[in-house]
Amino acid sequence: MQYTRTVEALKEGTVIDHLPAGQGLRILSLFKLADTGERVTVGLNLSSRHMGAKDIIKVENIALTEEQANELALFAPRATVNVIENFEVVKKHQLELPETIEGIFDCPNSNCISHGEPVKSFFYVKPTVNDTKMKCKYCEKVFSKDIVAEVK
Amino acid sequence: MANPLYRKHIISIPDFSREELELVVDTAGRLKHAPRNDLLKDKLIGSCFFEPSTRTRLSFETAVQRLGGNVIGFADGANTSAKKGETLADSIKIISSYTDAVVMRHPKEGAARLASQFSAVPVINGGDGSNQHPTQTLLDLFTIKETQGTLENLTLAFVGDLKYGRTVHSLTQALSQFNCRFYFVSPEALAMPDYICEELDEKGVQYTLVNSLEDVIPQVDILYMTRVQRERFDEAEFRKIQGKYVLRADMLANARPNLKVLHPLPRVDEIAADVDSTPHAYYFEQARNGVYARQALLALVLNETV
Ligand SMILES: [Zn+2]
Repeated sequence: MQYTRTVEALKEGTVIDHLPAGQGLRILSLFKLADTGERVTVGLNLSSRHMGAKDIIKVENIALTEEQANELALFAPRATVNVIENFEVVKKHQLELPETIEGIFDCPNSNCISHGEPVKSFFYVKPTVNDTKMKCKYCEKVFSKDIVAEVK
Repeated sequence: MANPLYRKHIISIPDFSREELELVVDTAGRLKHAPRNDLLKDKLIGSCFFEPSTRTRLSFETAVQRLGGNVIGFADGANTSAKKGETLADSIKIISSYTDAVVMRHPKEGAARLASQFSAVPVINGGDGSNQHPTQTLLDLFTIKETQGTLENLTLAFVGDLKYGRTVHSLTQALSQFNCRFYFVSPEALAMPDYICEELDEKGVQYTLVNSLEDVIPQVDILYMTRVQRERFDEAEFRKIQGKYVLRADMLANARPNLKVLHPLPRVDEIAADVDSTPHAYYFEQARNGVYARQALLALVLNETV
């Protein structure tokens, strides 16, 4: 019974819920959640009343910041991010697209100076009708967010 | 009050406000007609060409010396420590500690922006890969103002390789602040990229894609020619488009009297030699104007008032 409890309830940490099915592992690696050394529980293809199927990630002892939650909005705008303390939800992040995004993705332009220099990648985020565009601060090239996310 | 470009980095055309573009253009005009050999007195400029470009380098170094400044630097970065694996960030920290400003050209996109983050002195971008070449755009603007008396409400045709031509991209970006309208004349494979067209749409700029160079000539104030590189096509394709984007003197018969033909040079065969002797040819004067535009920029960046 103790095992079941560990999976389902979180004493301290963050629950990232309502991820579109198939995004869980991608987000896990993009945000390097597995590298934190903390216990991470991932649920894939869980049934959801609203979404059909969803993925879920629970990370113990780490509270996602507003900034990190907003970066998540690029991939899963309808995800919910709840910070838990002592089994209680103490913060529900409202996901908003960030205006800029620093250090998470490499620039897809292989001739961009941001590779191999002591700087973090930096993109300006611009929502358009059907897509979200990202413009590299350095090479000034504009990419669809999916292209940027695939590179990493 | 200091001019708005004083001690600023000059990296990319979209960073410029309309007033700043006009300031450079007007200063270039003043320096052309009333030369000054004191504006860079006691100033040392680093001329750092991590990739060779003889034209741009000579133009910059002429500008510095005409204003009474001195130059140190290198013409081909292949011989420098960059080759030994030093980061650009480190190279710039060192060079900027010796000089009052750094002019740089680099084969990688974004190099000047990155350098500006590590430099103790203003960085002037002389070309970063396929990205920006702001001084080319400034000399184009100066030349347009000089020949038309204004930058506003003009009609321009851009001809040739509009896909890879960063010169053309930056110039349309700059002129979109002046209510100009554009014709784009190119083979389909070398059409203006979508992201530039989208930017123009967002700003409400009027532009038309056209096929025939001859049809558009009577309607424009500036005919901006660029080179269509043979290497971009296979032999059969090239034969189909060959000649369609070449300007000859007889095609200018119905041109407006104020029409000027510009070209970033070097030209190969896209402007026939018989155009040179028409009153419309202005590309050699345009190249000369590069020195004045660079003088203006250096003078503004290094002097509170000019
Ligand atoms: Zn980039």
